[in-house]
Amino acid sequence: MGNASVDVVSQPSKSKSKRGFRAGHTGWRAALFMLPSWVLLLVFFFVPILLTFYFAFTNLSLTGASSAATQFVGFRNFASMFADPTFRISVLKTIIFLIFSAVIGQQVLGLLLAILMNERNRVFRSVIGVLVLAGWVTPEIVVAFIFFAFFSNNGTFDMILGWFHIKAIAWLYTFPMVSVVVANIWHGTAFSMLVYQAALGDVPKEILESAEIDGAGRFQRLFRVTLPVIKGSIATNMVLITLQTLGLFTLIYSLTGGGPGNKTETLPIYMYQQAFSDYQLGYGTAISLILLVIGIIASFVYMRMLKIEM
Amino acid sequence: MNRFTTDKVLAHVILVLIGIAFVVPLLWMIFASFQPNATLSLQISKQWSLSNFGSILTDPANQRAFLNGILLSIGQSIIVVVVAGLAAYPLSRYQLKYKRPFMYVILFSTSLPITAVMVPVYELFVFIHMTDSLFWTMMFLSASGLPYAIWIMKNFMDSVPIELEEAAWTDGASTLTSLRSVVAPLMIPGIFTVGIFTFAGSWGNFFVPFILIQTPAKLPASVTIFQFFGQYGSVEYGQLAAFSMLYTIPAVLLYILGQRYMSRGFSFGGATKG
Repeated sequence: MGNASVDVVSQPSKSKSKRGFRAGHTGWRAALFMLPSWVLLLVFFFVPILLTFYFAFTNLSLTGASSAATQFVGFRNFASMFADPTFRISVLKTIIFLIFSAVIGQQVLGLLLAILMNERNRVFRSVIGVLVLAGWVTPEIVVAFIFFAFFSNNGTFDMILGWFHIKAIAWLYTFPMVSVVVANIWHGTAFSMLVYQAALGDVPKEILESAEIDGAGRFQRLFRVTLPVIKGSIATNMVLITLQTLGLFTLIYSLTGGGPGNKTETLPIYMYQQAFSDYQLGYGTAISLILLVIGIIASFVYMRMLKIEM
Repeated sequence: MNRFTTDKVLAHVILVLIGIAFVVPLLWMIFASFQPNATLSLQISKQWSLSNFGSILTDPANQRAFLNGILLSIGQSIIVVVVAGLAAYPLSRYQLKYKRPFMYVILFSTSLPITAVMVPVYELFVFIHMTDSLFWTMMFLSASGLPYAIWIMKNFMDSVPIELEEAAWTDGASTLTSLRSVVAPLMIPGIFTVGIFTFAGSWGNFFVPFILIQTPAKLPASVTIFQFFGQYGSVEYGQLAAFSMLYTIPAVLLYILGQRYMSRGFSFGGATKG
């Protein structure tokens, strides 16, 4: 959760004082204590990651001739992937979804909420906070049902538009990407709001006050003081949200199933279709490898940012 | 002064509008669940009824699904708390050569999207014949939750003073005894944070059991509710809303229960996974 992991990495010196703590056989003891976690992580986490790198280069399949004899096919999966227009569409959809739901939607709305709530009274702040948090606490699949009802033809949204004499349409069919983006913003914004509420608490009041005395307006204080101070939180939050949004499956799958057509088919949905609907596991793994590599790069960026902040 | 007040009014208006935008979609679920003839749009009903909840709760398949979900989530929480607690102990207490790289691997793993490994995990499960098993699904979920849990546990443990343990050793307690009787009680906020987070994450997880479990009788509520949506979702809106409510309530309760621990867990950080 957010920027705060920084706090912890930044105190390695604390353990230095424990040098020689129960010295002697600590190595063995430590290994014993960590054994269960090592075994679990190795078998279920690191082995699958290694398998991704292997199976992505095979023609592994659940049906057909290749299911009996899996062969190494080199880069053939990647060649056919880049030749497949559906893949290119899903990369585009993933980028659109990332930009609108995570980078713009959750980040900006979360920051806006945190700033607007910063100096409001307690009751007001907690009521709005609870409403935003409700979207976060709601399980992803229920979020999908809620927005299925909200955006259906003659659903709640059409009813509200009807008050303004706007004709009812089936949002999930006409504007499916807008629907999933809105649903994901509703679900995820609280995370950014919490991160920024914590970050705003760290902005020194004295600097803001002296800027005000010097005649800086509300927006000048925001762009010249607040944002530069919390830029570390903005960056780490950006990477974390990107990672979460990149792996989003349940919400899109149960709201639109990637459709209509492939209008909301992001990479995880495309991966699922190829691997489990068309039983092309090798090809599906090649898509996971792409996701995994993007994830690994983003994770490295995330770690670098924490290092910078340390 | 005038400008100051318009600013204030504007801020409140924007906040109220955002609040309304957040609550309206949710209202449908709450209202429709009490309406036997619910439609897809929000409507204020003249008649309120619990019949939707009745039909969901009396269906033996749904009861089993909730039970499976609870078993899966509780099992995973216990495994994660114990295993992460054990791993966190030497990381917090001992001076280890490989501690820093290890913590970096842990931190790195917290942020990897689990979706990216589901296809190879499925392949692994097929090869060693572990598919369609609640137990092995629980083990995989536990492993995927471990990095975050170890990270949080270690940080909570760092705040437990060593002196208390040293006193226990002087009295002749072994490391394990002091871990159980001295460290664990002081770790309760950490244990709750990790336990609640793990339970909520597991309870809401649809993708993992959807891929790894096939037999309907073994499915947890997260997958059953999806199938219910597929079969009756376009007819029985009231029941779908009631099912959603029943499925959401544990997550909400846990959040309220864990909030006072969680704010601490939040400021200690780490990363959650979607």
